Amino acid sequence: MGSAITGVMSVITDILFRAAIPVLSLVAAAGCASADGGSAVELLNVSYDPTRELWRDLNERFTASYRKETGTTVRIKQSHAGSSTQARAVIDGLGADVVTLASYLDTQAISDKGLIAPGWIDRLPDRALPYFSTVVFVVRKGNPKGIADWPDLAKPGVEVITPNPKTSGNGYLSLFAAWGSVVLRGGTREDAIAYVTKLYAQVPVLDSGARGAATTFVQKELGDVHIAWENEAHLEVAQSRGELELVVPPISIRAEPHVAVVDANVDRKGTRGAAEAYLRFAYTDEAQELLAKHYYRPGNAAILKKHAATFPELRLFAITEIAKDFRDAHKQLVAEGGVFDAIYKPR
Amino acid sequence: MPAETKKLRVEIRPRPAREDPPWVRRLAIAATLAIVALLIVIPVVNVFSEALADGIGAYWANLTRDDDTLHAIKLTFTVLPFALVLNVLFGVAAAYAISRFEFPGRAVLTALIDLPFSVSPVVTGLMFVLIFGLQGYLGPALRDDGHALLAYPVALLLVAVLAVAYAIVRPRNRRARRGLWKLHPALVVAGGGAAVFALAVAAQRALGVWPSGKSLEVIFAVPGLILVTSFVTAPFVARELIPVMDAIGPEEELAAVSLGASGWQMFWHVTLPNVKWGLVYGVILCTARAMGEFGAAYVVSGHIAGQTDTMPLRIEKLFQEYNLPGSFAVASLLTLVALATLVVKARLGREQARRAKGTP
Repeated sequence: MGSAITGVMSVITDILFRAAIPVLSLVAAAGCASADGGSAVELLNVSYDPTRELWRDLNERFTASYRKETGTTVRIKQSHAGSSTQARAVIDGLGADVVTLASYLDTQAISDKGLIAPGWIDRLPDRALPYFSTVVFVVRKGNPKGIADWPDLAKPGVEVITPNPKTSGNGYLSLFAAWGSVVLRGGTREDAIAYVTKLYAQVPVLDSGARGAATTFVQKELGDVHIAWENEAHLEVAQSRGELELVVPPISIRAEPHVAVVDANVDRKGTRGAAEAYLRFAYTDEAQELLAKHYYRPGNAAILKKHAATFPELRLFAITEIAKDFRDAHKQLVAEGGVFDAIYKPR
Repeated sequence: MPAETKKLRVEIRPRPAREDPPWVRRLAIAATLAIVALLIVIPVVNVFSEALADGIGAYWANLTRDDDTLHAIKLTFTVLPFALVLNVLFGVAAAYAISRFEFPGRAVLTALIDLPFSVSPVVTGLMFVLIFGLQGYLGPALRDDGHALLAYPVALLLVAVLAVAYAIVRPRNRRARRGLWKLHPALVVAGGGAAVFALAVAAQRALGVWPSGKSLEVIFAVPGLILVTSFVTAPFVARELIPVMDAIGPEEELAAVSLGASGWQMFWHVTLPNVKWGLVYGVILCTARAMGEFGAAYVVSGHIAGQTDTMPLRIEKLFQEYNLPGSFAVASLLTLVALATLVVKARLGREQARRAKGTP
């Protein structure tokens, strides 16, 4: 029996010993980080899901250019998840130096809690938008249902894949786009309600997120048309090996993923200089070219024109054309008791 | 009395399977096998086949070439030992208290131990956000002066250590007590604890152990991951130990004490050896669960690649990036660890059975 106890004890001391190594290395790492903090800065970019590769590329370029200019080495950490989840995390104390979220609503929610100074939207060029995007259609090879414009989605026999506007930013942007396609072409509110009623009646599965909708359309091969962000649509088509095609409708919504420096955090950490330089870098020609490469529409008009083949011209309407602002549109169309609640009947 | 025992034995003897008609036996076996295959074997095999879809070279590269993945693996093995140590301490203490003492609130404590099992991990994460988040109770203080606050938990730890030390070495002779110590010993102990706490805090302040004005990150950092992982796995060790301690009963311990063993000697030489298999089982289950924790970790991690992503979070992220082979490579690693813990558990079970036969 005695040897069994020593056996157990040696296992426990072994575990404790093993625990000590990472703890010590953590402590050591913390010590080092504070020791050479002089010429190295660490930034945390809190962003939404599909922008991982984009920011990875941009970070590499920015780090090199910033080192050349200032001699300071910047290490940029990335955090990605759903846009609203991320906004909530920053509000709850995630130490983001900059936020690059999918929607104005999310950035404004952080500002409402006092972490980003009011007026943030005017502190960077182009209303704090280094790039923008829109929602377009992905259809199956040869476009068998002949889909070219929003009214085609409501034709009988067309199945539409789009995520739930209640739970997905992608979902409500698609709803806004569909709504605007009616009211901005002279339709009345009743016409728009009739249209989105028909549209959502043709959605076989209302996935909760963009990723789920993409899986439904691509892997499960359900539906005839997938309403997706332009950059994701391009990736989807590129990966399909010719099985899918992109259709850009004549009108769609302007998606505005604003960027902002989180004032409360950069002032506390003393990283304001690097954080502002980082976001301003996204407006340089080098960064704008990179944005185009990742299928985001560059804010710089000249560079956008250069890539006209990738980004066909269409009428991009601002949210202010269909509502007072994003919050108002969300309240009218998506929130509890809004249009979507009235028109959508789950199958 | 013997006749009664015999009768009882007959009643509870299970009916041998060979008494059932063959079709019942075959159907039961087939149904079990089918369910096991469908729910367990096929998904597990699928994890490995997806992970190895691009060949063993690509599999290895997926695991070792990606810095974020490597960091996630390291982080999981950093969080794990903390959770284990905390839960062994908590589990042994809780099980001992519940199975050996009658005290007010015992039933409540027993129920509370199970709470982490019944609370959804997501809720657990949100609870910690509510406590440590910037909009929560401690968040603003932690952000403004977090390091200085560390003086309090350190002082509390000191008090706890001294309390345990006192419990171990305390003199048995009550007659030696005088004055207040004789009239209200509980008051003296509580007052002493408070005094030690206050002194320890004051001493740390005076010596400037902790820098002031430095913020401390609890959630969206490694400490938060350790906290939630410890919370969700808290019941495992206690749950394994309580029935074992109940079954063994206090007789051997009482015998030890009556033969002059001190509290510590009794615990170390009698209690612990008796429950060691329960303890080992608890640790094994705790390991498997701690490594796989997703929901609570998802809420408090902050998703910073190469910093606060544990293995399950990394799997999800790779999956979201459409990197299926990478995602399944990490998943296969977690599955392997889970399978390994099961093998160890089975072996220990056999070992235990063998020893039990050897020393009836």
